[in-house]
Order: sequence, then C-alpha cells, then structure tokens
Amino acid sequence: MKVAITSAGNSPESQLDSRFGRCSYFVIFDTESKSTEFIPNPNKENLDGAGPASAHLVASRGVKKVISGEFGSKVKSLFDSLQIQLIVLNDSDKNIGEIIELLNHK
Amino acid sequence: MTNPPHFKGFQPIGLPEEKNPVVLHYEEYEAVRLSDFELYTQLEAAKEMGISRPTYTRIYESARRKIAMAFVKGKAIVFEGGKVYFDSEWYSCNACGCWFNHPAKEEDVKSCGLCNSPEIEQYQGNGQQNGAEDLCVCPQCGLEKAHTPGIPCKAEECPNCKCAMHRKGTPHHNGFRINKC
Repeated sequence: MKVAITSAGNSPESQLDSRFGRCSYFVIFDTESKSTEFIPNPNKENLDGAGPASAHLVASRGVKKVISGEFGSKVKSLFDSLQIQLIVLNDSDKNIGEIIELLNHK
Repeated sequence: MTNPPHFKGFQPIGLPEEKNPVVLHYEEYEAVRLSDFELYTQLEAAKEMGISRPTYTRIYESARRKIAMAFVKGKAIVFEGGKVYFDSEWYSCNACGCWFNHPAKEEDVKSCGLCNSPEIEQYQGNGQQNGAEDLCVCPQCGLEKAHTPGIPCKAEECPNCKCAMHRKGTPHHNGFRINKC
C-alpha cells in the first residue's frame, strides 16, 4: 500500500510540511517494497486550487493514505470521495524518517 | 451527515428477488433516523441536517411513504444517493497523537491509521454528542453570530474579514483544522 506524506525537504531528515496543497515535497512511501520517492510539488506557488491539484497528483500515484499537518475543506471532500484516508499530525516535530518508522510498525 | 447506514438495504423474507426495489435516499434515511430513532423534534432534526423545517418535513414524509410502500407491497429497500454531503468520522490516536478519518464506512475502525495502535477514540467535537452549537463563528477573527437554520454557516460571511464562517463546536471549527482565508 502506498502512503503520501507532505515533506518540507527532499531527505528523510526533513520535517513534515504542515500544509497539504502547498507543501514543498510529497513523499510516496510503499509499505510493501519499503521504497520512498520524493516528488517536488508543482503546485507550491499556485495562487488558487493548489489543494485539489495536489490531491489529484497524489491520487494518480495510487496512494491509500495521506499524512499532513492540515487539509482544506475541498481536499477533505475530494479524498473522502476517492476513499483515501487522511491522517493529520498537528504540531508534530516528527521528521519523515520517524513517520515512516511508525508506518512500518504494522 | 455523519451516520450513513453501514449496509445497503433490506429485502423481504420469502419472496423472489424484486426487480424494482424502493430507493430510499440517504437524506430520507437520515430523517427517519433523527426523528424516530434519536427522537429529535422536526425542528432539531432540520437544524442537524442543515435544512429548513419545511424541507425536512417533506423529506421525512417521502421517507415514510417509501417505507410504507416497501412494507405493503413487499418490495426491497435500497439505500442510495440523494443530495448529501458526508462528513467522514474522525478519530484520534492516543499513542502517536495523530488524527485520522475513515473513508471506508462499511468497515469498523480498530486501529490507528498511522501507528496501528488500538488506543483510538472517536472525535466528538467538544465532547458534545449531538455536535454543533447554534453559532456561526469566523475562523479569522473569532466573531460569533447566531446561526440561521437552513443557511449553512459556510454561506455566511464575516462582516469584518469577509471569511466564510463555520459552525461553532464542529470539527470544522474546533480542533485540527481552521480554514484561514
């Protein structure tokens, strides 16, 4: 199963980016193959529609879960209809590596 | 709407499968649930669904007629569509401190979506079972005004900052996500 995490940088030491639509990078983590892929977010500088555009980007990668600091209302309903689970980490100082470790505990 | 039925419908016992089932819309299911299961008054139920009281009565009436039709004619009932907006249910995890929702409503939630811990709680929005207070609140400046039944708070505008408002005491307003504008 693939999981998308919003990241502030392109290394496993980077912090979780608290924004979804305008995060710096998306990390696509595959829980089976344990592979990670960093994708720069092309919607970072969008004036509007960054949330839905980013949602389409991660949905096209076939993820089943998205982890971020917060989600907008458009994004929430979009992911709801796509049956993708949202996970909100509020005020988290965890970095990407630590989040991936949490996912690996399954 | 936060409580969609977790099954797809009903079938009469001892009859061959009916080709034309009665289609009960989700808002009709919700109306029956609020009126006859939760025992809300029609006014309370209309507020809960964010619609006007006359509209509620119309939906509820239609629901009862459909159910009666199914009872009398021995038709199957299928839950389907209608004009509803789903608020998915949110849960919090006591082990890793995250919040998560649960889009696959047919399955029960047993463990945290992130760390798989079973120490989870359903988010109740300020601990109130039946959710919202009757106030719209501006996410930007915190201005509160009385909620008008039938008009979604989102359609109201804060006079100071021109922000779309939120219902006070709901997950939209409390807790993890505050829409800034």
